[in-house]
Amino acid sequence: MKSAPSSLGAWLAMLFGGVYFLLPLLATLIFSLKMRREGYSFAAYQVVLNDVNFRQSFGYSTLVGLLTIVLGIVLVVPTAYWVRLKLPRWRPLIEFITLLPLVIPAIVIVFGYLRLYGSNAWLPLTGNARGTDLLLVCGYVTLALPYLYRAVDSGLGAMDVRSLTEAAQSLGAGWRSILWHVVFPNLRSAMLSGAFLTFAIVIGEFTVASLLARPAFGPYLQLIGANRAYEPAALAMIAFAITWAAMGLLQVVTRNHRALAPPSADSD
Amino acid sequence: MTLGLEWSLTAWRRARPVRWPCAGALRLLGVAPFMLFALLFLLLPTGFLLLGAFQDAAGHFTLGNLRRLFERNVLEAFRLSLEVSAASALTGSLLGLGLALAALRAGLPAWMRPTLMTFCGVASNFAGVPLAFAFLSTLGRMGLVTLLLRRYAGFDLYASGFSILSFSGLTLTYLYFQIPLMVLIVTPAIDGLKSEWREACSSLGGSTLDYWRHVALPILWPSLLGSALLLFANAFGAVATAYALTGSSLNIVTILLYAQIRGDVLHDQNLGYALALGMVLVTGLSNAAYIWLRARAERGRE
Repeated sequence: MKSAPSSLGAWLAMLFGGVYFLLPLLATLIFSLKMRREGYSFAAYQVVLNDVNFRQSFGYSTLVGLLTIVLGIVLVVPTAYWVRLKLPRWRPLIEFITLLPLVIPAIVIVFGYLRLYGSNAWLPLTGNARGTDLLLVCGYVTLALPYLYRAVDSGLGAMDVRSLTEAAQSLGAGWRSILWHVVFPNLRSAMLSGAFLTFAIVIGEFTVASLLARPAFGPYLQLIGANRAYEPAALAMIAFAITWAAMGLLQVVTRNHRALAPPSADSD
Repeated sequence: MTLGLEWSLTAWRRARPVRWPCAGALRLLGVAPFMLFALLFLLLPTGFLLLGAFQDAAGHFTLGNLRRLFERNVLEAFRLSLEVSAASALTGSLLGLGLALAALRAGLPAWMRPTLMTFCGVASNFAGVPLAFAFLSTLGRMGLVTLLLRRYAGFDLYASGFSILSFSGLTLTYLYFQIPLMVLIVTPAIDGLKSEWREACSSLGGSTLDYWRHVALPILWPSLLGSALLLFANAFGAVATAYALTGSSLNIVTILLYAQIRGDVLHDQNLGYALALGMVLVTGLSNAAYIWLRARAERGRE
């Protein structure tokens, strides 16, 4: 058909998108290299990477991210599986709950934590550091719930839950071994993509960590941003690289999954 | 605990091949851990705040906190928040739709679409503090674009009234994650348009414009509007980007609430509750609309 004018518009749109999205990255990169007067250098990166607080907060957030992924999967996979298999009528309710964190802003949720689990509340989790860490992980699981549940549930949709379960049962498998040997292996790519997305959300998260006063990467970033000139740009590039890595791995995982899935699964 | 129960249940079931006699209540045990978690870390904390909005310091019922929502600086904060969220949601969804349509067009190299989708996945998650740093390096007072414009175009961005710490600056920054988010949400909907519909339209003599006006847009609009509402809630609840850009100098609701919780300003618990209630009302209403529209769109497709 008349493809010439329409593809010109498409090219222009992509060009606009390219400029808008790449310009800030380029500007940040250049800015991050200008710490030394005499010319471009990686000095800002050296300062950042040698900062003890950088390493500690990054390590802390990585650990919290991993714990969030584990707790999230342990919570979501059996639930989503059980709902698909035994409680299909409950699915709308469960889905609604998992979508609530998109409705209730994170700052409201963490404010609720501070009131409900504060030092003079009925369960004073914020009274000590480990309790607050637990609260932070639970908060992140809550924030990741919409993405994690969706990833796992669509993964379950792609496999025949009922037949697999009945086959396993007829071979004498109990629930634990069904979950471990049938559900988890089939959901590997769905869980991995949920995990990478969760990690990307958690690693630089600011609001919850800051209000719970935990030494996480997000509050560290904010502190550097308020006090330094060139290091924030270097940190932004590092954070972008981390996000890119998480999302890139997600793409690899889902693409492999597509390749393994039966070709008639969906339109693409 | 629950797993053990389910397990013994199965053992019992295997022993007697009767089909789930008193299954109703026992089945519910399977979702009990999730429900408990949701109750403890999502529903109760939020419910506690929403109740608190209707109580005074002594725990008696009052509407006084809600009245404080109409104080001048609170109203101003809500107004600016609503403006930034609406502007970034509207612009973001239009530009995101344009970009998604462009990427799906024939005539572009095959590598472009997956590249765009991957990049959108990254950019929609590249929010918060690092995003603020990136925009400060770009459009801040010492930002690259600001300096280049001044040196080569003789145009002083900041003298023209622009500031990264303003409505326009914040909106421009939010668009960096809003546009990609829109591309990600809307692409499946566009993919859902069957090529037969376009062919049917053109075989009946309809032009591209007719196709969009009478076929594609009526099908797409619930998901378009729904996506825009999701973008709106996304911007409305954002804290980190604005805080890292401006500290607490910009008067938007999330920053006001953040300051209240931190006790930076006059510490007033119940005003905090009322702010939280106001925020949940705004995002709740917009998301209720989203869910409703989504259900409608899906019903239309079946």
